[in-house]
Amino acid sequence: MSEPDRICDRPNCGNAACVHLTQVVDNKTSTQYLCKACAQAKGISALPAEGSEVVDFMAQLAEGDAEEDTPRVAEPCARCGLTFEGFRETGRLGCPHCYTSFEPGLRRLLGRIHGATRHVGKVYLPPDPDAAHADRRLDDLRRRLRRAVDSEDFERAAVLRDRISEIEPVESS
Amino acid sequence: MRDPGAVRDLGLGWLDASGPHADIVLSTRVRLARNLRGHRYLARAGAADRQAVYNRIEGIVGTPALPGGAELLRMEELDVHTRRIFLERRLISRDLFGRGDGKAPHLGSALLVCSADAVSVMVNEEDHLRLQSLMSGLSAMEAWSLVDRLDEGIGRDLLLAYHHEFGFLTACPTNAGTGLRASALVHLPALVLTREISRVLEGLDKVGLTHRGLDGEGSDFVGNFFQISNQTTLGKSEEDLVEHFGRTVSAVIDKERRAREVLRGAGPRTEDLIWRAYGLLRHARLLAYRDLMELLSGVRLGVSLGLLQSPRVSSLNRIMVFSQAGHLAEAAGRDLPGPERQTHRAEYVRKVFESERTSPTTDTES
Repeated sequence: MSEPDRICDRPNCGNAACVHLTQVVDNKTSTQYLCKACAQAKGISALPAEGSEVVDFMAQLAEGDAEEDTPRVAEPCARCGLTFEGFRETGRLGCPHCYTSFEPGLRRLLGRIHGATRHVGKVYLPPDPDAAHADRRLDDLRRRLRRAVDSEDFERAAVLRDRISEIEPVESS
Repeated sequence: MRDPGAVRDLGLGWLDASGPHADIVLSTRVRLARNLRGHRYLARAGAADRQAVYNRIEGIVGTPALPGGAELLRMEELDVHTRRIFLERRLISRDLFGRGDGKAPHLGSALLVCSADAVSVMVNEEDHLRLQSLMSGLSAMEAWSLVDRLDEGIGRDLLLAYHHEFGFLTACPTNAGTGLRASALVHLPALVLTREISRVLEGLDKVGLTHRGLDGEGSDFVGNFFQISNQTTLGKSEEDLVEHFGRTVSAVIDKERRAREVLRGAGPRTEDLIWRAYGLLRHARLLAYRDLMELLSGVRLGVSLGLLQSPRVSSLNRIMVFSQAGHLAEAAGRDLPGPERQTHRAEYVRKVFESERTSPTTDTES
């Protein structure tokens, strides 16, 4: 990740640096810090295309390399064959099962990205829910209903009541 | 082959400027990233996976899972002009459009549209499904409600990838959890002119929101337009994320309005800037898109401050969409080379300005 207070290395620029350029020429490594404009002027255009959070995220992936206590996942994902190293290179997982295959490493990464590892939002009810699913879903819907009522969003409250009534028979069966 | 039938007025609902603070907030978008269990993400998906995802979605079209009038448009079956129009209306991403000139889109990529218009789904994007709603003005909670309803319908029929701890699973961990990204396209000329913008943008960063230019990361802030969105998606409920986003954008709007009052009382420079922009757009014979956006910024500020009576905000929104290359080509019925495109653009803008000047209360756009 670029250091927050670092200034662009190009003479007389003075902008904050956001690109950390490491080059290896003849086995010698050199490092430069550049602002976005100077980086583009040097022909460095391979910045991620969507959202600055992606830039930060790739930096966070790289950061993990330096941390010795980052859990190492040697086995590739059993479903798609992606390795954790492969994920580190692209920043993209191969399939939903990767979250299980790389769970320790990903938990740590999610914590760094989001400042949290546990989802507290919408509880998904699959097409063939079991009782435990339905209970978790009901708790979530009731919490959201209370919130909608508190904020006098009665239209939303009505929608949530409908969703609750759809599940309640499942709960009692 | 052109396929104007596929284009219709899809993705244009927000142009009417009917939402709250529509003079400053052009549109609010809420998108949810969803994936189907048992299928690889696009980067590692083979043709069979992509086709299977497409088939699953196709299977619920016309069922109660989706709103009435839902229709699935397969990208490979649309010509490049139609895809470009969807791209310019921000209904599809560059990935769905197809990278590079003339390069075909990925097999099985599609756009699901609903007759209600404000919601759509990209199929086989980075995630299998990207549900989105797009509304006028600052309407974050409404946009969330719409896309939530769509998500409920889809999730009821299709088995989604969901983890008891991590929530909805996405191709990129930056989207995991809720999969929710709320974003607003805002026009902040007064904060730019009063040089307060850097502080405001830094402030956004501190409260977990991020910003970028009109055309995404790496684009500069042409026309004083900024896209503001939430940075994290895990560890907060959807309502918390959306409420925090809405509250923060509201605070930005307040700052912009206060800066506008400062400008109004600061002598003739602002007024001059506005009228020059108006004059140029009213009379120019050649317009590059970038120049147009800068000038529209001045006119939009003038309309918002009440210094200009026309064009209406909705017409300014419309110009932003319809003066892009694909839309101009569509109107002309043929491809337009660069210089000719600038001529057509200037002519289109002049027509809108002229029609509104002579009959400011009549809707002459449609």
